[in-house]
Amino acid sequence: MTDFITLDPAVAPAPGRSEPVLEVRDLSVDFGVDKKWVPAAIGLNYEVRAGEVLAIVGESGSGKSASSMALLGLLPSNSRVTGSVRLAGKELLGTDEANIRAVRGKEVAVIFQEPMTALNPVYTVGAQIVETVRLHSEVSPDEARLRALRMLELVELPDPEKAFRSYPHQLSGGQRQRAMIAQSLSCDPKLLIADEPTTALDVTVQAEILDLMRNLRNKLDSAIVLITHDMGVVADLADRIAVMRRGVIVETGTAAEIFHNPQHAYTKALLAAVPHLGQGGADSAAEVDVTAALAAATHAELTSIPEEQLLRRERENAAALAAAAAAKPQGEPVLELTDVAIEYPKQGRVPAFRAVEGANLVIYPGQVVGLVGESGSGKTTIGRAAVGLLPVAAGTMKVVGQDISAAKRNGRQLHEMRRHVGMVFQDPSSSLNPRLPIGESIGEPMFLAGVAKGAELQQRIEALLDQVELPRNYRNRYPHELSGGQKQRVGIARALSLKPKLMVADEPTSALDVSVQAKVLDLFQNLQKELGFACLFVTHDLAVVDVLADRICVMQRGRIVEQGTRDQILRNPQEPYTQRLLAAVPLPDPEKQRERRELRAQLLAAGPS
Amino acid sequence: MIQFILRRLLQVIPVFLGTTLLVYFMVFALPGDPIRALFGDRPPSEAVIAQLRQQYNLDEPFWVQYGLFLKNLFTFNLGVDFTGKPIADTLARVFPVTAMLAIEALIIQGVFGIAFGLVAGLRKGGIFDSTVLVLSLVVIAIPTFVLGFALQLLVGVQLGWAKPTVGSNVTWGSLILPAVVLGMVSFAYVLRLTRASVIENMNADYVRTATAKGLSRRKVVTTHVLRNSLIPVITYLGASLGGLMGGAIVTEAIFNVPGVGQKLYQAILRSEGPTVVAIVSVLVLVFVLANLLVDLLYAWLDPRIRYEN
Repeated sequence: MTDFITLDPAVAPAPGRSEPVLEVRDLSVDFGVDKKWVPAAIGLNYEVRAGEVLAIVGESGSGKSASSMALLGLLPSNSRVTGSVRLAGKELLGTDEANIRAVRGKEVAVIFQEPMTALNPVYTVGAQIVETVRLHSEVSPDEARLRALRMLELVELPDPEKAFRSYPHQLSGGQRQRAMIAQSLSCDPKLLIADEPTTALDVTVQAEILDLMRNLRNKLDSAIVLITHDMGVVADLADRIAVMRRGVIVETGTAAEIFHNPQHAYTKALLAAVPHLGQGGADSAAEVDVTAALAAATHAELTSIPEEQLLRRERENAAALAAAAAAKPQGEPVLELTDVAIEYPKQGRVPAFRAVEGANLVIYPGQVVGLVGESGSGKTTIGRAAVGLLPVAAGTMKVVGQDISAAKRNGRQLHEMRRHVGMVFQDPSSSLNPRLPIGESIGEPMFLAGVAKGAELQQRIEALLDQVELPRNYRNRYPHELSGGQKQRVGIARALSLKPKLMVADEPTSALDVSVQAKVLDLFQNLQKELGFACLFVTHDLAVVDVLADRICVMQRGRIVEQGTRDQILRNPQEPYTQRLLAAVPLPDPEKQRERRELRAQLLAAGPS
Repeated sequence: MIQFILRRLLQVIPVFLGTTLLVYFMVFALPGDPIRALFGDRPPSEAVIAQLRQQYNLDEPFWVQYGLFLKNLFTFNLGVDFTGKPIADTLARVFPVTAMLAIEALIIQGVFGIAFGLVAGLRKGGIFDSTVLVLSLVVIAIPTFVLGFALQLLVGVQLGWAKPTVGSNVTWGSLILPAVVLGMVSFAYVLRLTRASVIENMNADYVRTATAKGLSRRKVVTTHVLRNSLIPVITYLGASLGGLMGGAIVTEAIFNVPGVGQKLYQAILRSEGPTVVAIVSVLVLVFVLANLLVDLLYAWLDPRIRYEN
């Protein structure tokens, strides 16, 4: 552990400020694995005051979640927690079970990541909140019900009565997270622990939940510990930040300090790895000032930016757009969709579901087209149809020159077509056969297509491993022996094995940590340049598309609502939906995020969704 | 919901026709002449045999026999068996006995299976868990007739805790021992299923949420874990009810219970087509209704499941 840094018990309280709500001293968490203690968090020190948001930032395995769950004794039984956790001066660690139970839910409440699984599916939202209220205060069922309804109103659910009666699965993701927040706040906690509260949500919904949390913080004066990996979320909400890596807090400071003057190398690396909408790829043109672009497109007037500065930024943006004379694409399209509709076929009594309607899209050789949208927008459907996994219900779809709209399922034509198309899937762990060594996974397409076998096949596999920068001797390893990033490299190698003319990548990096994502994207970009394949890149993350794509298509509810070059979409978005989507992406910079937030508020005020 | 129930009840018709046809055909294809078999070593005159054959339509071809059976069925006339007793009376006598036996077995396997499974699941890896797992495997591995005779000998004869056989005077108490034997294998499965389900649900996110709300472990288990864990168990229990009704042949023979199994066995030996088919038909009905009940229970336990589209 070379980067072990012991920080003195954080900054001394500023004069006139309240006592900390939470004081954590020398907190260590170990997990017993195979009769050995494996540290998850080592000697953590931090404190949070009322009305303050402390963000604990780190990648997976940094111990940020484990250390926070340890505060309330929520870790599994194979864990060991040492140190001191004081809540308003009262020690929590080492006290008996009844004591900690009285604190849970009442004084310290938790908001979990995935509200679908964090709420019990078999009880109504109302019943679950009432349960919490009645547990910690002696109230009648009617009073508890009123309290629950008031909480549901507080979290701005449109119809609290209805939400009260709903089961979790009957609410949307955002509504569920609001209900979860309502439950957490139902006993006026002094401290709120929010464990990745927006990670499972779409960006526009995420922006709403972040707004809600900011409002609540101002209203309720609770202290908030925000656990997240997303620097944009941190910039939006945090007052102070603790950066964690491998169980250790490597740096703490105010939001401004961390974002503008990071000291530790890891903090710098983390900030650099965050894809930043408008920043563009490695060698693409100048950075796009998305805020200014949106302001210009919507004629917004912002108070947080001086007018002449805004005008200057808008002018620069327009000039850059004009200068980016779109290089005319050449050659025969690799993928061509004309008025395509795609249906999920009828299954038994479940009627066919039309997921995509009237889609027009062209990809020329060597071009990367980013297909962006929120969940349920139909972006993945187009990706799957392009490799013949879903039938085309109407219109024509040409893949590598062949019209596959009428092709028979699993027929010869699709078989032929798939030789020219590679696909990279979202979850590298489940898309690789766990019982095949990765060398075989990579070689399988070539073997099946009869392209190579024997020694030649082995050579090709080695070459592919070289290309994705994995050691050749990894060939005999199994997927579970690889990290997430390495597995995704294998996924890319497999997709490349038949030298495809078209690559369909379905959220290939969204399961990865930012620093790993940055490396995989970098690799992908280099390979694309080197091999020159065309690519349909499906993602929910605008910033990722921004890094890679030549063109961007924005999808909403099964339709492509806007498409254009990267510059056109980012510098001059025309559709209100595109504008809202761009405005909802949080920027990893507190000041710029404030501008963005104001702009978003104006957009929402101007036009209803 | 009503539409769903109606649809399920309509499904009974093809299932019913299919099973009766199949069973009727199998009985028809049995070797030997049932009428001659009735008289044993002293065959009657050919005239008597011919008359009996005609009385029971045994000289008609298969399809006619089956058609006559169906026709009688729809006029609620099940006919008489070879001894001249109305089949309906026989059914009314044997089905309550087997129903008592099956319900008792169902309660035993449900209550004990769920309770043991819950405790084992909560103490995963402990002594109780390991013991119960091994024992349940033993139970599953032992054939019912071995278990039946062993318990009959041990509990009924040597210890004298229960009557070794039931006989004609059937009471709930006298059926306990056969019910234990009948429910034993399913008990082991229910236990294992509950255990696995509890272990899975204890790791669920909503259990962590419930703990984070400040609920005691007891409350977490009873209100949150148990209901979610019962969902797969209920499905199995319902499906096993049909098995209990039909699978009682061995148990009823060992303990001399005058129920469906015994009657069915006798009827098969005598190639009494109408009786066999009548019993099987009722069993099919019970099975289908039990499954419908399970589906409704399932929807009640898990609000995510809704049957209208």
